[in-house]
Amino acid sequence: MNRKRNKQLIKIIIALLLGIFSLFLFDMEVYKNLLYIIAYIVVGYDVVLKAIRNIFKGKYFDENFLMTVATIGAFCIGEFPEAVLVMLLYQVGELFQSYAVDKSRKSVANLMDIRPDYANVYREDEIYKVDPDEVNIGEIILVKPGEKIPLDGIVVEGESMLNTGFLTGETVPRKVNANDEVLSGYINNDGILKIKVSREFGESTVSKILDLVENASSRKSKSENFISKFAKYYTPIVVVLAVILAIIPPLVIKDALFSDWLYRALSFLVVSCPCALVISIPLSFFGGIGAASKMGVLIKGSNYLEALANTEIVACDKTGTLTEGVFQVQKIDAIHSDNNLLKYAAYAEVFSNHPISFSLKQAYNQKINEKLVTKTEEISGKGVRALVDGKEVLVGNEKLMREYNIKFKKSEESGTTVYVSIDNEFAGTILIADKIKDNSYKAIKLFKESIKKVVMLTGDCENISASVARALNLDEYHAELLPQDKVTLVEKLMMQKSTNGKLIFMGDGINDAPVLALSDIGVAMGGVGSDAAIEAADVVIMTDEPSRLSDSILIAKKTMRIVRQNIILAIAVKLGVLILSALGIASMWAAVFADVGVSILAIINALRILIIKKQF
Amino acid sequence: MKNYKFKIKNLDCANCANELEQSLRKINIIENVSINFMTQKLTFECTLENKNQALEKIRNIIKKENPDIKLEEG
Repeated sequence: MNRKRNKQLIKIIIALLLGIFSLFLFDMEVYKNLLYIIAYIVVGYDVVLKAIRNIFKGKYFDENFLMTVATIGAFCIGEFPEAVLVMLLYQVGELFQSYAVDKSRKSVANLMDIRPDYANVYREDEIYKVDPDEVNIGEIILVKPGEKIPLDGIVVEGESMLNTGFLTGETVPRKVNANDEVLSGYINNDGILKIKVSREFGESTVSKILDLVENASSRKSKSENFISKFAKYYTPIVVVLAVILAIIPPLVIKDALFSDWLYRALSFLVVSCPCALVISIPLSFFGGIGAASKMGVLIKGSNYLEALANTEIVACDKTGTLTEGVFQVQKIDAIHSDNNLLKYAAYAEVFSNHPISFSLKQAYNQKINEKLVTKTEEISGKGVRALVDGKEVLVGNEKLMREYNIKFKKSEESGTTVYVSIDNEFAGTILIADKIKDNSYKAIKLFKESIKKVVMLTGDCENISASVARALNLDEYHAELLPQDKVTLVEKLMMQKSTNGKLIFMGDGINDAPVLALSDIGVAMGGVGSDAAIEAADVVIMTDEPSRLSDSILIAKKTMRIVRQNIILAIAVKLGVLILSALGIASMWAAVFADVGVSILAIINALRILIIKKQF
Repeated sequence: MKNYKFKIKNLDCANCANELEQSLRKINIIENVSINFMTQKLTFECTLENKNQALEKIRNIIKKENPDIKLEEG
């Protein structure tokens, strides 16, 4: 690409020098014209060659062909300097355009440049530098300061500060010690770390994210489809108009000069090139997706970016989305012995991924013998049933107790009350409380500025949900929902929005996958979210901050504004120049500007998207 | 149906990318063809047994439309 550009630059400079030199040959018309022709050949031969090749393929509306006809036409009516200049400007424009596109491609690619090239793996007490693909689970890798962590794993030795910015957009380094989990894509800032690999490269975070970003390309937005359709009709129509312009007026109008009208028609051909329109739109979306990924938000396609700009309703999950999702056992209320109650609860929940199970295990804080737990069954929206050491244990909410007809004492505490029964007998309650994320307050405040309605949908009980909804000043909340209830509610909410309005669902957890898929835009929280949710989602927030979604909506709006500006700019300038050249006011130079000048302006405008500040 | 992804080299104009994409849509054994000019990638879906045949058809169309373009695995 670079060598090609240098070659172009040299050609342009030579042609320019020849043109300037010809100005000194004041009255030697023949030599002057000869110089012009040489300059034209130098700068435009590749365009002419491509044009000839396209004629044989029956492609008459290709821009090389249009440029060639326009400039050779100009030679025919004796406008030698004009022909050279038009070709020269066209090439300058193309060069600049290719440079700008490359530049933006690189700046976005840099944001996504997280693929690790190698891993230092210990094998038979020696360190080998291998492809991350070749490292197996359980092997120990060494990560030196400044290196990327190539695979997901657990730190076994050493401590360090990690830069997690590539995955999370976070600027503050994260401290890790032995036994901490680290993800591929983090960069090791200072210490030396020995890491035990827990996932193969293909399953590691970095591969998943790259996969996600690269596959984002296949989904195109309405604006992109509109513009490619527009281009399909625009060029032929303008070319037909040009032909009419060259033939009809000289026949109809008295004293009309054929060469004069031909000149106007040739300007039409120059304006008919569609590239200025076509390039600026995907470039703008590309910039928007890049800007979002810089903040740790991955958008899976430009259609979703477009949809984000029209968000009307935000529905979100509570646990792990608006709240920390870190539950801590606050109080144990046992019929018999506190420790026994906690032990059975922790055992029964040992295989569960639900946040509640983590806090039970955390509070129990002893090694769990998994062999004692059998027949585990997760009852969605209710809890868990398991056989622990031969005893049937139920751990869950009131609904679970009712389902199994267990007499229990209802708790009046604010928080999540976990009811436990052992062998069909109520054993007590464990109170677990969660905390609202600091970031949620900001996020909801930001949402309210531009969005009709923020709704919380949760499986959690009424009194906790009410207090969270009140604290965050939400428009609406629905509590004690089962996954299927969430689906029905989201369907209802979908009816409340306007035709172009979009509904976002933001959540995590296994239970959310159906609603993520159902809503216009499903947003998953990457940090705590499950793999299923990330797969079903259209937008993934790598950090756990809901305010990143409001940032993304801002980026989407800015992108759409720029897309609209670019479409209007390109169409208006082209139409304007068409009218002016039909009237004989605009020269061919103006026509070249309408083509390449506008596309350059549109590109520069699109690059503005990359300059965006985080709100928080 | 599997998703395939190829790098495209020497694709230097946005409208050419659109035109090529439209021509490739006419191939009936592949679906969801998309050319992304910004990332210079071609993506399409087809069944495993049709992959080679589809690739050959794609290469033929590219050769006809824009012989400068090269497809690369990855």
